[in-house]
Amino acid sequence: MTETAYNFAYLDEQTKRMIRRALLKGLAIPGYQVPFASREMPMPYGWGTGGVQVTAACLTPEDRLKVIDQGADDTTNAVSIRSFFQRTAEVETTEATADATVIQTRHRIPEHPLTEDQILVYQVPIPEPLRFLEPSEVETRKMHALEDYGLMHVKLYEDIARHGTIATSYAYPVKVEDRYVMDPSPIPKFDNPKLSDSPAIQLFGAGREQRIYAIPPYTQVVSLDFEDHPFDPSKADHPCALCGATTSYLDEVIVDDEGGRMFVCSDTDFCATRRGEAA
Amino acid sequence: MSDTALTIGFTDPPRQAARAFRVLLNAMARPGRLYTLEGTDAPLPLSEAAALTLLTLCDPETPVFLAGTADTPAVRNWLTFNTGAPLTGPEHCAFAVGRWDALLPLDRYPLGTDQYPDRSATLIVEMDALSNTGTTLAGPGIDGTVALSVPDTAALTANRRLFPRGLDMILTAGGTVAGLPRSVRVL
Repeated sequence: MTETAYNFAYLDEQTKRMIRRALLKGLAIPGYQVPFASREMPMPYGWGTGGVQVTAACLTPEDRLKVIDQGADDTTNAVSIRSFFQRTAEVETTEATADATVIQTRHRIPEHPLTEDQILVYQVPIPEPLRFLEPSEVETRKMHALEDYGLMHVKLYEDIARHGTIATSYAYPVKVEDRYVMDPSPIPKFDNPKLSDSPAIQLFGAGREQRIYAIPPYTQVVSLDFEDHPFDPSKADHPCALCGATTSYLDEVIVDDEGGRMFVCSDTDFCATRRGEAA
Repeated sequence: MSDTALTIGFTDPPRQAARAFRVLLNAMARPGRLYTLEGTDAPLPLSEAAALTLLTLCDPETPVFLAGTADTPAVRNWLTFNTGAPLTGPEHCAFAVGRWDALLPLDRYPLGTDQYPDRSATLIVEMDALSNTGTTLAGPGIDGTVALSVPDTAALTANRRLFPRGLDMILTAGGTVAGLPRSVRVL
């Protein structure tokens, strides 16, 4: 299976150095988007090219890699990225969160608490939290430089005025160490509290948009809200239909043509582990 | 080591650089913590940790400033041969390496801009020893506080005042390394 014709972890060394320098600057300025010279990867944009490049720059031969897509280890995106690094870096892979040293994720944070020995790599589609409010990169750069985030609060306020609550349920904006407003990638807002004060290193890669950013461990990450409308990390008001967990993030699954549905853990490893323990 | 003999920094660059980078990533993510960074034949007077940092992060895209006693023919030849990094003065460097006194003053390095604070230099500061004693530090990456034998407390405080602009530092002593990013606060 090993593709010896490729360099370790696919990317050439100069590309990895460029990404590594960007990662170190990202860690030094938590939440700030570092531009980087994103490469074409052997997969289309939108399939995690940013995350794959960050993972490739971080992997060591001793790592155990886990890849999840919306919490699941067995979906196309997760399976193909896992096998990509099996072939090009010869690293071990795992589906168990606790056993992994590097976890690449698309839009979830694992339920199992992360440790100091782990790195979480996020795939990011649109790294700029202000992009849908201000299309110009020139302008959003200025807004970050001036810490001019009033527009974001106006957007959240308009949500409240229109819907009665803040209707943003994923990619919910956060402020890192009271400085940069950051897009946490499209994780459900249920996961937002886990961004803050995590023992693990959190790295974010946006391939098409050519941005890298980072949250060091033990860093304060606050979801934006208002005093009278505090942040609410809501989830479906059900237990998991498979494992009975009441604290995990749930996916709604349609099970027949009569509108029947069930709610199950989005984190497949978490759910399977619980069922294994219960059996 | 003679001035003419060129030693190879990495015999297996992809894997050795990956392992060295993991140490640097952890060091920068967890300021003040001491990490071991060993595994190359460094040209005198460079420490092993400083040499590995240069090998891991430098290439033709990163101008390097060799400060004071670090600027020897042996180091120049070694760096050019192994990384291809151009040598430059402090005003235009991406990385600077040397002892603290030789690196001063700090205001001559690129500090980044308000819109692109990442465009700042990284200083590799060669120390006699590193220990978790002395100045108390806090900030992102630090669980509570950490003590570190930093070279100059006042300079760190001044550097923090520039945030998000500012210099990032990697302290090295022998085979030991500690990260000191600009986000660190002196208590």
